[in-house]
This record gives sequence, C-alpha cells and structure tokens, in this order.
Amino acid sequence: MPFIPHTEDDVRQMLQAIGVDSIDALFDEIPEHLRAGDLPGIPEGMSEMEVAALAASRARRDGQALCFIGAGAYDHHVPAAVWQIATRGEFYTAYTPYQAEASQGTLQLLYEYQSMMASLMAMDVSNTSLYDGASAVAEAVLMAVRANRKSKSKRILVPRSLHPAYRKVAHSIVRNQGIELVELPFDAATGTTDLEALQAHAGEDFAALLIPQPNFFGMLEPVDALTDFAHANGMLAVAVVNPLAMALLEPPGRWGEQGVDIVTGEGQPLGAPLSSGGPYFGILCCKQALVRQMPGRLIGRTVDLDGKPGFALTLQAREQHIRRSKATSNICTNQGLLVTAATIHMALLGAEGLARVAGTCHANTRALVERLSTIAGVEPVFEGPFFHERVLRLPLPAQDALKTLAAHNVLGGFDLADDYPELGDAILVCATEQRTAEDIEHYATRLERVVTTQGRAKCPIEPKFDNK
Amino acid sequence: MLIFEHSRAGRRAFSQAPAAPVALDDIPPEFLRKDPPLLPEVSEMQVVRHYTRLSQKNFSIDTHFYPLGSCTMKYNPRACNSLAMLPGFLGRHPLAPESHSQGFMACMFELQEILREVTGMSAVSLVPAAGAQGEFAGVAMIRAYHDAQGDTARTEILVPDAAHGTNPATAVMCGYKVREIPTDANGDVDIEALRAAVGPQTAGIMLTNPSTVGVFERNIEQIAHIVHEAGGLLYYDGANLNAILGKCRPGDMGFDVIHMNLHKTFSTPHGGGGPGAGPVGVSERLQPFLPVPMVAKDGYGDYYWLTEKERPQSIGKLMTFAGNAGVLLRAWVYARLLGRAGLIRVAEYATLNANYMATRLREAGFELAYPERRATHEFIVTLKRQAKELKVNAMDFAKRLLDYGYHAPTTYFPLLVPECFLIEPTETEAREELDGFIAAMQAIQQEAETEPDTVKGAPHTLPVRRLDDVRAARELDLKWTPAGEGV
Repeated sequence: MPFIPHTEDDVRQMLQAIGVDSIDALFDEIPEHLRAGDLPGIPEGMSEMEVAALAASRARRDGQALCFIGAGAYDHHVPAAVWQIATRGEFYTAYTPYQAEASQGTLQLLYEYQSMMASLMAMDVSNTSLYDGASAVAEAVLMAVRANRKSKSKRILVPRSLHPAYRKVAHSIVRNQGIELVELPFDAATGTTDLEALQAHAGEDFAALLIPQPNFFGMLEPVDALTDFAHANGMLAVAVVNPLAMALLEPPGRWGEQGVDIVTGEGQPLGAPLSSGGPYFGILCCKQALVRQMPGRLIGRTVDLDGKPGFALTLQAREQHIRRSKATSNICTNQGLLVTAATIHMALLGAEGLARVAGTCHANTRALVERLSTIAGVEPVFEGPFFHERVLRLPLPAQDALKTLAAHNVLGGFDLADDYPELGDAILVCATEQRTAEDIEHYATRLERVVTTQGRAKCPIEPKFDNK
Repeated sequence: MLIFEHSRAGRRAFSQAPAAPVALDDIPPEFLRKDPPLLPEVSEMQVVRHYTRLSQKNFSIDTHFYPLGSCTMKYNPRACNSLAMLPGFLGRHPLAPESHSQGFMACMFELQEILREVTGMSAVSLVPAAGAQGEFAGVAMIRAYHDAQGDTARTEILVPDAAHGTNPATAVMCGYKVREIPTDANGDVDIEALRAAVGPQTAGIMLTNPSTVGVFERNIEQIAHIVHEAGGLLYYDGANLNAILGKCRPGDMGFDVIHMNLHKTFSTPHGGGGPGAGPVGVSERLQPFLPVPMVAKDGYGDYYWLTEKERPQSIGKLMTFAGNAGVLLRAWVYARLLGRAGLIRVAEYATLNANYMATRLREAGFELAYPERRATHEFIVTLKRQAKELKVNAMDFAKRLLDYGYHAPTTYFPLLVPECFLIEPTETEAREELDGFIAAMQAIQQEAETEPDTVKGAPHTLPVRRLDDVRAARELDLKWTPAGEGV
C-alpha cells in the first residue's frame, strides 16, 4: 500500500485495541447512503517508475523554447545551492513555525529574509511573504484603505501602466469590500503615467496611489514626482516593484521627499524558477508606523528564559487565528519555501551579484531591442529610460508573428493586443542574463523571415526539445 | 549567528556573480540606486553551511512524528518533488502558448478531474494559492451567485463557533457580516440555533466536516436542508478532507462549493509555511463563477485555457498566472501514485491511527473531549484536570513533548475545549511511532505529578528554551541592522 506502513498484524491488533472488527466499522457515524462508491473516474495507481516516465514525457513535450517573454515572470539563473538546500526535508516538510523552540531554523531564516528585503527596498519592515505579485497588490490596497485614516474614501488611483493581471486580481479581491480602483492613463509617447491626468485628481480624496517601477512596459516612472503628489494630496504612496531591479534602481524607501509608505511586488526574480507561474511569492514592506496594519506573518527577535537570543512569530494579534473576523486579512499559509529559496539566493549573490544580474539583463534587452529594430517596421513604441523590458511595434499582426516564431521554438514576447488594443501590433520583449548573443541573433533572423513573409512562412507545428 | 555576522567586506560567491559590471549609461542618474542594500558578503560554502545548520534546528515530517491536528502532516513523497522539478516543467514560462504547454496542461486537466470525482463536485478550478484563498474564492462565488440572481439582501455568512479563524476572516473580506452558530455538547452544530439564525439575510454557511472538534457532523443533510430552504448556500472547508477522502463526498452531502488543501490531503509539502494550493470545486449552478484560468480539453484531445473571455461571469483572476503550478504538479504525482484504491485507503488508515491513539490515551488516563463519539482522522484530548490539579497546562505538555522528540499536537484549538490537544497522526505513521508518542504522554503525566517544574520549564534539550513572546511584541526587532543603528 503506497505510503501506508501497516502490516496485517498491525491492523488486527489495532482494531482489537479499539474494539471493532473492521476498518469500515470506524465510519459508522457516516450515514450509509452517503458512502462513496468506488470512484470509477479515478485511474488506478501507478508505480513511481511509471509516473516518472509519464511525467518526463510530458515535461519533454513542452520543451524548453528560447524564451523572450517576461511580463512578470523572468527566466533567471538560480544557483544550484538554492533549491538543494530549500528542499532539504527539514525546510521542505516543516509546518508554519508555531512551536518556536522546534522551528528556530525556519524562524531565523525568515528574520534574515525580513532584514534583506527591508534593506533592498530601503523600508523599515518586511513581512515574510504573500502569495504572489498580483495578490500582494490586492493586499496592499486593502492595507492602504485600513491605514489611511485621513482618507474617508475607499478609492485607489491605479496607473494603466501597472501589470494588467495585477489590476484584474486587485479588482477581483477588493471589489466585495466596496473599494474602487480608478484608472490613470499613460502618456502615449513615454509609456509612463500621464502627469496631467494625475494632476486633475489633485485635492480629491483617494486612499492611495499605486506606483509601478519599472512599469509593465519596462519604462521608468517619475517615481519622485508621483510619491510627492500622493503625499501632498493625503494619499499613501504604494510602490509595486521588481525586486531585482532594486539592486540598480533607487529603492522606494527613498522616492520623493519622504519615501513611499508601502512596497509590494513579485518575488519570483529572486530564486524562483518560471514553473508555469508558481509558486512564486509576494513582497510586502512598509514604514514602521503601519506595521500593525500589515497582513501576513512577521518574525521578531527576542530572548528565551535564559536570555539567549531566539526568534518567534510576533504581532499575531493581527492574524486570523487570533482576531478571526477582525483580522487584517484571511491569509494563513504564505509562501515560506519560496522565501527560503529567495533568502539563500540573495545571500549567495549579495548586493553586487544582484546588481550584475540586473545589469546584464538590461544590457541584453538593449542589445535585443537594437538588433530587432534593424528589421524594417520593427521599432520601440515608447521613448525614455527603461529597465530590462521593452514594447516593440511589429509591421504585421503580433499574434501571427508570435505563432510562427513559436513554431520555430522561439517565444518572441507577450502580445499586448488583449490588454492594450490602443498600442496596435505591439509585443513586450525581455532578454534575461541567460540569453546569449547567439540567442538574440537566432531570434532576430527568425523575426526577419517572419516579417519578410508576413507570417506566412511554412513551419513545423510540433515544438522540439532543446533545439536552441 | 546571523548570516550577516559571517559577512566580510569584499568577500563573494564568485561563481554566482555572472558578468563584469555593465555600463548603465542610458539610465539617467536620478533613477539609479546611490548605496547598495545591506546583503551579506559571504562565500558559497558559508551560505551552504549556514542554511544547512539552520535547517537542522527544525522539526519536520522527515525527521519527527508531527501529529499537528487539522494540518495533516503526512509523508511527502520525494517523487512528487523530483518530478515537479523536471526541467521541462520548471522552465515553462506561464505565458507560453498552448502549443508549448500540452504536457503541463494534461497534468492539470487530470488533476481537475481527479479532484472533481473524489469530492463529487461538478467542476474544479485549481487557481487558489492556499486554503484561505480557496475560501475567498468560494465565498466570492456565493456572493456572485446571489448577485446574479438579483438577490442582494443576503448579507450574512453563518460560521460555527468551532471553525478555523480563516472562515470568519474570509467572510469579512467578501463583504459579509459573520454570525456564529454554537456547537452542542456532542460536538455537532446546534440545529435549533441554526434554525433560529437562518433567514432571507443568509448568504450561506461555512462548515468543516468532520468538524474541527474531530467528529463527523451527523446532521449534515438536515443542515443542508435548513440552509437551502432559506435560500443560502453551503460552503465546505476542506481542512479535514483527509478524514473522508474516498469514503464520502462533499458533493453528495449537499455542499455547493468546497475548497481542498492539497498541502494537507494531497501530501504536498508545507514548506515551513507554504506554498500551499487550495483548489475549489462547485455544484452545477455555481460553475459559471469559478476563478480563471482553468484547463479544458477539446474534441481532438488538445488542451486549452478557459479565461474571462469564455467565462464572463467568473469571479475573475486571483493570481498573476494560473496558481501554484509546482504544488499542483506535486499533487498530480501523488494522485497518480495512489490511484483510486490508494486514495480510498488514505481516510481508512488515517482514521484507524486516530482511533487507536484515542483509545490508548484514554486507557492511559487521559480525558477525551468527546468520549462518546467515534474519532475521525483526529481527536481532542483535554488536559483541564492536569491544569487545575497539577498546575501543568496543555502548553507545558506540548513543550515537554518536544524534549521527547515529538512535535506537539495543535494546542488551544478549537477554542471551545479548554486546555486541549488536537491530535492528528495521519495514515503514514507506523504503529510503533504512535505507541512511542503515547508512552511519552504517560511519562510526562508522571513527571507532572512528581516533578512538575521539569514539565513547566520545558523544553530543555532544544536550541532555545521558551521564548519571551511579550518582549517580541513590545520591543519589536524585525530586522538586523549594523551595530549601533536603530530601526
């Protein structure tokens, strides 16, 4: 019996001790007519060898295409040590560290994570994670509405240049509490938040302004002006950032006169593989004054009975298992193992290593954009400083181009047609530190052919494994 | 010692610093960071040794019996990890086209189908990242359903007083008021109180079955009838699904919407506090509201995504992409290893182990909270007598168990049983492990009678003794700073 250690003898003796004659008798409180049948829709069990063969064939089938898509998930190198340590049974199979004395390993690691993340963002406090970037934005919105006592509104200013999935998820999660997300347009030339449109909201009552950096298009927002605008108008400033970018770019704690109040973002670039979109982790940092409005777990350093330093969950009075209906959020489980990986990842790379990764990604994306722009009709849509990702206009329907490229096992970018129809045939491209000059040239020659034949090139449909 | 205290200026893990610094001449200086973050400067081996040593300070399923009630700490098969981490799965970008995703989508489709069948629901979405997000999705669907009916007067969610804290917290996140329903002396929902509470304001009820007091809710069909008659819907909190997996199905009990905790019932790891996965299942009438994306299969056997476009009534997206895919893959491996017969055995042996422990502990003189009831996959021992007579409480017993090499059961939950232990052994523990735990409980009882300070001062053998929680909250120290700098 898979994973059940009982011998026949064990079962017999245990039933005897209980005083029943069969295992089935233990279910005697369940009405007979509610008993399940034999579940014909579920396949028979397989051995590990058989499941491994099936899984391997499926994983191989999806192949490893040459990936130039970013759009919130980035194909970074993860050092071998990261997941070898994170999947040690002592981290991998432990529960939430409620019994502090038996969980000092996880607790100290989480405290180190809080320290690293707070410093990366130049903020006072970091929690120990939320689910992912989008759901963290939703939690940050809820937190801002709770925390901004000056504002009587439940309205939030949200730039259209923020990741479309983040906007959708925030809407799904906060709408039932009567919170309204008001969209701010972007400037058609720069792809950054339209400051005139923003100015029109001066003096209005909003709980917070969200500020992405870089924004979804990879463009750098005028974060100092946006932060100061929020504060001048009684709003909290909430940053939504890529943590890897913060190794190079001015961190949100230093934006404007006072720095932002809350920082959120997607933690994936710090040690989480692409893995079809998850598990990743959500970042949440804030100023000290807002710590009691924070959702999620927090770890504090304290001392034990002998005065020896140790670590424990703290400020649990914010949480659902204590406060129930009055908690700051319903969140319980977070993404502990991903934070374990991120902590090891940050320790291995250090500030300089992260900055080099970020710089290399940026340089590769520049090289990609420059090369692709030599193709007739391909050009950047926005002007201005950017980081690590850019929008390109194509001289043919983006969907056709991407489909043909994919048939050649090149994932050429993210099609913006659904989320930004006003941009025409535009794609969002990214080249991480893992893309080589050869990869970029390979993509460019494929795109040249696609453009020349206007997407009609005949090509194989089946993706091939590792044909790069 | 913190990782920061191993740091020395100029030290590096050289293999991990990819290239030489790159000129950033295209980014105006006002956008650039002026001073680097305070990350440690350490060698690769220092990192490996530091975090390996930290790991050794943890209790875990791989190292200890971990009978944490309501958490289902069973063995996490290693194959689930290694297969979910195949390069083809790890390297797949979430926005890769369907042509490059058929292998992954096949696994997700099969998992949806297996979960649907084993719970008796009519459709499943895998999106929610954890139990609490599954609960959110479930209650949001209840609300979307009532709204779609034009029934906007329903403002209340009913929650038994024994429920997990996430239930009332979730109802509030969905804009509902919470009304608590008491539990009767036998551990069942108080039916008369329920009758008195329902009405045109009732949106639904959130129930765990078996309940958090470790017994099967025998009146479930009557509860379903009362709530449905009043126009409300039934929500099933899958925290305790391990107790009934394959033996009876929430769909057959009358539930309209459920969430499952795959990190409990489907043996994906808890990871020191996540990631989890909390898929939701619904009855026919709630299908249009399921969170997106979901995987569907066309007539040619190809898989495709269902998004907001195909599902305009959906409560929408809850995660940036399609949920905790890596966790879902682990659950898929687990379900395929066990298969039909294996899944049914889960509840059988989990229940056998719990009843055996309950019987043996009662024989050893411990008081069960519901001695007249059959234990499910878990049961409650109350130590109120020990607390009163010996001044040794449940927390003292819990901490002393750590010295004996057993992770403590869940303590002080559910809140309505004083000085309680909620004990869940799971199906993967061998009888001798259960016997060892029982012997430890007996030994601690002996100590409580003869040398109570040993128990009250426990643990004695762990890396730290009991921690000062009050100080942790009052003198908040939430991050390391270089000597001399405050927060």
